[in-house]
Amino acid sequence: VSAQPDPRRGIRRQALSLALAVAPFGLAFGVACTQAGLSWVEASGFSVLVFAGSAQFAAVEILGRGGGAVAALAAGLLLNVRSLAFGVVMAPSLDGPRWKRAVWSHLMIDESTAVGSAQEEPRWRRYGFVCTGAAIFVAWNVSTAVGALALGSSGTLITRAGIDAAVPAAFLALLWPRLASPDQRWVALGGALVAPALVPLAPAGVPVIAGGMVALAAAAWDAR
Amino acid sequence: VTAALVLAGLALGTYLLKSAAPLLLGGREVPWLARLGALLPAGLLAALVVVSTFSQGHALHVDARAVGLGAAAVALVARAPFWAVVLIAVAATAVVRAI
Repeated sequence: VSAQPDPRRGIRRQALSLALAVAPFGLAFGVACTQAGLSWVEASGFSVLVFAGSAQFAAVEILGRGGGAVAALAAGLLLNVRSLAFGVVMAPSLDGPRWKRAVWSHLMIDESTAVGSAQEEPRWRRYGFVCTGAAIFVAWNVSTAVGALALGSSGTLITRAGIDAAVPAAFLALLWPRLASPDQRWVALGGALVAPALVPLAPAGVPVIAGGMVALAAAAWDAR
Repeated sequence: VTAALVLAGLALGTYLLKSAAPLLLGGREVPWLARLGALLPAGLLAALVVVSTFSQGHALHVDARAVGLGAAAVALVARAPFWAVVLIAVAATAVVRAI
């Protein structure tokens, strides 16, 4: 693949698709907060200040079941250890003054890292990351507020419409171009085998981190 | 009060994890990190695909989302655009659930 045209249009379209894909989950998060006895201000506080979907869900779910603050916090942070790895992936592309890097860091989520790191040319990686992160930040926060304020208890709506299949499909579409490279294909296969094996045993979030550890092992292997 | 405490702790901890590498590493290239950076997303994304499709809490199970994922794979092989892949997965899942 040589002389790629300007990829910005495609990047913006991907960012929009992903933002639309997370919106139903923002609604669901708002609803989950209401059911756990949180106010809409607290629900929106999570989405604005934490901005990490799976960790927010885990923490609020544990709070709702009467789990303690420590358990809720630990589950949330464990889920977010992967954003440290995402930071390592994105750091070389996020060049700029310290305050800008501090702001961009808040957008360090699965989808922004995936779109950013998928760009072949380094100069478009930051563009993909920021576009996707910002689009999802807006969609996630609007949908959280709507879910917490407007929807009382309509959790079945999301599963009946098949909207919960949007996120796996989006992850697959982001993984797809990486499968062209043999070493990434092996790492992906490893991640796809290790993660489900750990689902019954490990706390939520750990199976995904373990998928990343396969890559760590592969990198250590060829560094020998 | 508990919720506010968890909110504050999770916001702070999450931000530290997100910002550690961008703020401390900056634009410096670290060759082994670059190599790891190429491989990490493949492992993480593959794990995310499988976990978000085939797990419900701590249980592994196959439901209509698997059909959605299969439809997405077919769409990708056919070089469908990104939004169409997502839409096809949603539609296929909804159809299976309606049957």
